[in-house]
Amino acid sequence: MKEFILILVSSVLVNNYVLSQTLGICPFLGVSKKLNQAVGMGMAVTFVMVIATAVTWPIQNFILSSFDLGYLQTIVFILVIAALVQLVELFLKKAVPALHKALGVYLPLITTNCAVLAVCINALKDNNVPDMGSATFLYALLYAFGSGIGFLLAMVMFAGVRERIAASKPPKAFEGTPITLISAAIVSFAFLGFEGLFSKL
Amino acid sequence: MNRSSVLLKGIIKENPVLVLLLGTCPTIAITYNVMNALGMAVSAAIVLICSNIAISLLRKLIPANVRIPCYIVIIAGFVTIVQMLCEAYFPAIYKPLELFISLIVVNCIILGRAEMYASKNSVLDSFLDAVGMAIGFAVALIAMASIREIFGSGSFLGFEIPILKDYNIPILGAVPPNGKVYGFGGFFVFAILIAIVNKIMSKKKKPKAEFGCEGCPMADSCNKTECEKEEAE
Repeated sequence: MKEFILILVSSVLVNNYVLSQTLGICPFLGVSKKLNQAVGMGMAVTFVMVIATAVTWPIQNFILSSFDLGYLQTIVFILVIAALVQLVELFLKKAVPALHKALGVYLPLITTNCAVLAVCINALKDNNVPDMGSATFLYALLYAFGSGIGFLLAMVMFAGVRERIAASKPPKAFEGTPITLISAAIVSFAFLGFEGLFSKL
Repeated sequence: MNRSSVLLKGIIKENPVLVLLLGTCPTIAITYNVMNALGMAVSAAIVLICSNIAISLLRKLIPANVRIPCYIVIIAGFVTIVQMLCEAYFPAIYKPLELFISLIVVNCIILGRAEMYASKNSVLDSFLDAVGMAIGFAVALIAMASIREIFGSGSFLGFEIPILKDYNIPILGAVPPNGKVYGFGGFFVFAILIAIVNKIMSKKKKPKAEFGCEGCPMADSCNKTECEKEEAE
């Protein structure tokens, strides 16, 4: 139970993929303008992260390691992710066409989201997912889920921040991307407050 | 356009990081010292040049509807080669960059140039475009890393600078004891650099880049009307 909470808190707050590890910046800055887009994108990314980890974790541990094919990791993982994103896109087109339209071009961009590939690779490491024997796979899935929720949390928070930015008037050179990046800097600074959470648990 | 402009546009006018706003993840994450930036710049350059040449050579053979997965496989192949070479011959440089060299495969610069340029142009033009973009990427990375290391850690390439060492601003990029570098410095310095580029560009009356469809590697495959609707909202 303690590990459950530890992994969840760590991946959502302490090691937040966008704000602490600064991965997945492109969609973070591109999609977080409107709240419904941000939520949709966050949920799609979470889904892809969990399913991708569910597929790549066994591939790495049972196929790639057993046959000494560790060097194929990058190629296999990215192909799995690309295929999954295509499936998610088809599924959304049929099942929730409104969301598919709202996400538009950003849905295929989940393939090039650094955070998704990083989660797949990091879920295999001991310092992120402790070795729990036979339950390690479930904790890897939990780690992926937490990372996705952290991404969603960052996107939703930032959608609110961007509304405020839109209403303000920064200096001319800072309009658009630079002021957004500075607000991202301040939000990530705020998240540093979660650093000491582990020593309390 | 002539050969020299293909090469030079990637350096300043269409700098992939500062103007096209592609490949921002490694730029923000690893530029806390210049050694990392050099390592990343060289690795990305090798992958970019090799994959542009390969994709340009194969451009008539790859069917249009499966081109993105094909590009990904080609790029992933080169990334794996670079990974193995770097780990074997330069382990000290490889260690902090381990995850990010893998992430070169999803770097929008490489996929973007493959989709937008290499798939439509000759081998020589693609090679020159890749070299230009690689130099531009390196310029951006080294500029950011220099600022962050000199003012953040008071050192440069590991050598300590006497006065700045005592008056450094750790939040910009110093490595704290637990090894996890704070994201604030990366975002902040990147914002300043883009603001400077915007200022220079506005003096030359060039349009400012916005996060949107221009830099997106999937732009050609997506429904353009959806993009424009997005921009108009």
